[in-house]
Amino acid sequence: MNKNQKDWIDITSGVNVRKCMRCGKCSATCPSYDEMEYHPHQFVYMVEKGDIEPLLNSESLYKCLTCFACVERCPRGVEPAKVIEAVRLTAVRQQGNNHLIPDRIPEMLDDDLPQQAIVTAFRKYTK
Amino acid sequence: MQRIGVFVCHCGTNIAATVDVKAVAEALSHEPGVVISQDYQYMCSESGQDLVKNAIKENNLTGVVICSCSPRMHENTFRKAAASVGLNPYLVEIANIREQCSWIHKDIASATEKAIILGKAAVAKVHLNTPLTAGESPVVKRALVIGGGIAGIQTALDIAEAGFDVDIVEKEPTIGGKMAQIDKTFPTLDCAACILTPKMVEAAQNEHITIHSFSEVTDVKGFVGNFTVTVKKKARFVDETKCTGCGLCTEKCPMKKVPNEFNMGLDNRTAVYIPFAQAVPKVATIDPNYCLMLKNGKCGVCSKVCSAGAIDYKQTDKFIEQKYGAIVVATGFNPIKPDKYDEFAYSYCPDVVTSLELERLMNAAGPNGGTLLRPSDKTHPHTIVFVQCVGSRCDDEKGKPYCSKICCMYTAKHAMLIREKYPDTEVYVFYIDVRTPGKNFDEFYRRAVEQYNVHYIKGMVGKVSPKADGKIDVQASDLLSNEQLHINADMVVLATAIEPDKTARPLATMLTTQMDTNDFFTEAHPKLRPVESATAGIFLSGACQGPKDIPETVAQASAAAAKAIGLLCKNSITCNPCVAHSDELMCNGCSSCEKVCPYGAITYQDKEFRMPDRTTAIRRVASVNPAVCQGCGACTVACPSGAMDLNGFSNSQIMAEVDAICK
Repeated sequence: MNKNQKDWIDITSGVNVRKCMRCGKCSATCPSYDEMEYHPHQFVYMVEKGDIEPLLNSESLYKCLTCFACVERCPRGVEPAKVIEAVRLTAVRQQGNNHLIPDRIPEMLDDDLPQQAIVTAFRKYTK
Repeated sequence: MQRIGVFVCHCGTNIAATVDVKAVAEALSHEPGVVISQDYQYMCSESGQDLVKNAIKENNLTGVVICSCSPRMHENTFRKAAASVGLNPYLVEIANIREQCSWIHKDIASATEKAIILGKAAVAKVHLNTPLTAGESPVVKRALVIGGGIAGIQTALDIAEAGFDVDIVEKEPTIGGKMAQIDKTFPTLDCAACILTPKMVEAAQNEHITIHSFSEVTDVKGFVGNFTVTVKKKARFVDETKCTGCGLCTEKCPMKKVPNEFNMGLDNRTAVYIPFAQAVPKVATIDPNYCLMLKNGKCGVCSKVCSAGAIDYKQTDKFIEQKYGAIVVATGFNPIKPDKYDEFAYSYCPDVVTSLELERLMNAAGPNGGTLLRPSDKTHPHTIVFVQCVGSRCDDEKGKPYCSKICCMYTAKHAMLIREKYPDTEVYVFYIDVRTPGKNFDEFYRRAVEQYNVHYIKGMVGKVSPKADGKIDVQASDLLSNEQLHINADMVVLATAIEPDKTARPLATMLTTQMDTNDFFTEAHPKLRPVESATAGIFLSGACQGPKDIPETVAQASAAAAKAIGLLCKNSITCNPCVAHSDELMCNGCSSCEKVCPYGAITYQDKEFRMPDRTTAIRRVASVNPAVCQGCGACTVACPSGAMDLNGFSNSQIMAEVDAICK
C-alpha cells in the first residue's frame, strides 16, 4: 500500500471515503458500468483500503464520464466521481510517465482538432 | 464565620486519571472558610456519603462543596445526605470536575489547575448560599394524552386502569393512528385491525377516558402536577352527540372526488366522511375544503338525509380549558414523501408506491378490496421490486441520518405476503443491511428468503425508469456478484424513512420540552429515564421519541403510563425553591421580566409604598408566582434595575463565582 498515494487522493478529491456505507448506489446508477473493470463502489472501497495500484493501471479510469450521477445520488455524500478523478490525476501526474507518444500523434489527428489541444495534451500527458 | 467542607471525588479513574485529586483537595483546603478538605475514590458510594455526613457532624459544617460529576448526576444524592444530618440541602454546592474538566482534557497539569479553579468558584458561591425550604403544590388527578395512535391508546387505557381520568386529544377525526392503516403485523402476521380496534372500542367505552377527536392542543400553561391546557375542538360540522354513524350522509353526498387520506390518496372519498368502518368515535366529519354547501351554500343533501339532525353547517371551532397533573406525548410518526428522489420516479410513475401505500393496496378495506393491483392499469403485477433505506441513513438534506428501524421487517412482511398470495409473482428486495434485532425477527426474515423464495440482493437501486409499455426498468447493483442488474418490473415499492409528526415541534415549544435535531423528543436519560422528558410531568410514549415498532411502542406506552400514574398517585409534590423573587423597592415596573418569562409566572400589581415626609405613593411592581416559576433566570438577566433575583443563584453568588475564577 502506498500511503503517500492514498493521502494524495484524499487531499485532491476532498472526499472522506470512510463515509461510504457500502450500499452500491453509485454503481447502480453508473451509465458506464458495463465498460468498467473496477466500478465506482470499488474505487471508493479500494482507495479506502489503500489498494490503489490496480486502479492506476486500469482502463476504468478513463471510462468514467464524470457525469456525476453517483455524486448526485450517493446517500452518504461520498462523491465517488471525485475519487475517480483524483485517481486519474494521480495516474496522469506520475513523474517520468509518457501517456502520449509523439509517433502515434499522426494517426490520431483529424482536421477538426485544434492545434492548441495537441500542445495542451503534450504538456499534460508527457514528461 | 463559615465552616466549609470540601470533598473531592476520584470517580474511579474517570476524574483521577486526568486530575490530580490530592492536589485539588490540598489547594482548596487553603481557601477562606474551608475547615476540612478530603478526597475519596467514590464519593457517591454509601461510605463516601458517610464520609461527608460524619464531616458535617464532627466539624459542624455550614457549607459543603463536592468536586465530582455533573450536578444532574448526583446533586440530589449529596443534598439528601446533607439533609439527613441536619444541614439544609441548599447549602451543598457541586463543582463539576468530570464532564466539564477531566473528560474533556488530556493534560494532567492544566486539568488539575482548572479543577482547582472550579472548586474555588464553588467555595466562593457556598459562602453566600442561604438555607432554602421547598414548598409543596397539589397534583391535579387527571392526565392528558396527546395523540390517539396505538401509543396514546395504550397509555390512556393503563392510566384509566389505575383509576385516574384521562383525556386523549387526537387531531384526526378518529383515533387509531398509523396502526389502523396497516394490514398485517410482523413477525406474527396477525391482522392489525383485529388487535387494534378492540382497544379503540375499549378506550371509547372506558368511563375514565374522554376522547377529543379532531382536536388539537393550542396552549399549555403551568407546571408538573398543575398544567392548564387549551384544546381546540375543530369544527366538524356534525354534532358528535347526535350523529349515530349510520353513514347515510356519506352515501348520498354528491361530492365524491376527494382524495382519501386513509387510503393514502389511492382512491376517493366523499366530502362528508367517516375515515373507516371501525372509526372511533364513529361520527361523520364534513371536509370544508370540498363540501359544496360550505363552499358555495348550494347542496345541503347530508342535512336532508340525516334522520338524527346532526348536521350543523354553522358549527365553529370550540376551545376547552382543562387542568391536568401529567401530560403524555404520543404524537407518533409519518413516512416521508420520497418525491425529492428523482431517480425513484415516485412523483410521476403511479406504479412506484411507498410501503404504506402498498399496505393499503393489499388491505381488504383498501381501494382494491384486498387484491393487489397496479395503480396505473389495475392489472396484477408479476415482478415487484422493493427498495430499502429510501431516505434513511442519508447524509444529505433529502433524507434522514438515522435508521428508521421498522423498514427491514415490514418489507420482509410485504414480500412474504405477496409470495404467499400470488406465488407467480417474483419479488426482489434490494438491501444495504438487513437489520432484524427483535424477538423472532431474524427467523421471520429468513423465512421470507428460505421458505418464500424472496430474492434478497445486497445492493441499492440507482435508477427507476418507467417505460412506454407500462413496465418499469429498475437499474440496480448486485454487490456480491459485482454486476449491474436491470429488472423489468411491474411495480416498485419504496421503504421510506419515517419522521416525527409535523405537530411535534410546535408542541415541544408549548411544553418546553427538548427535541433532537431530527425533531424526536429527547428523553430525560437515554438509558435510565427513557419515557420521561427533561421537563417534569411530561412523559413520552411511542415513536415521538424515536422510530419504534408496535411491540416496542406498546411497551413504552405502558411505561409512560406507569410514570404518569406514579405522579398522579401523589397528593402533592415538592417544589423547587430556587425560584425568582423581586425586590419591590428596586422594581421600576418596566415589564421587561414579564415579557421574557416563558412560564407566565410574573404578574404586575399596584402597591402602596411609604415615601419620604410621611407621604405614600402607588407604584407598579412585579411579583413572581413561586409555584409557576421554574427558576430559569431569564428575568434576572432582563431586569434593568437589579430587582429580580433567583434563590440559590443570586446575582451576588454568580459574581462571586466569576471573581473566584478570574482571580
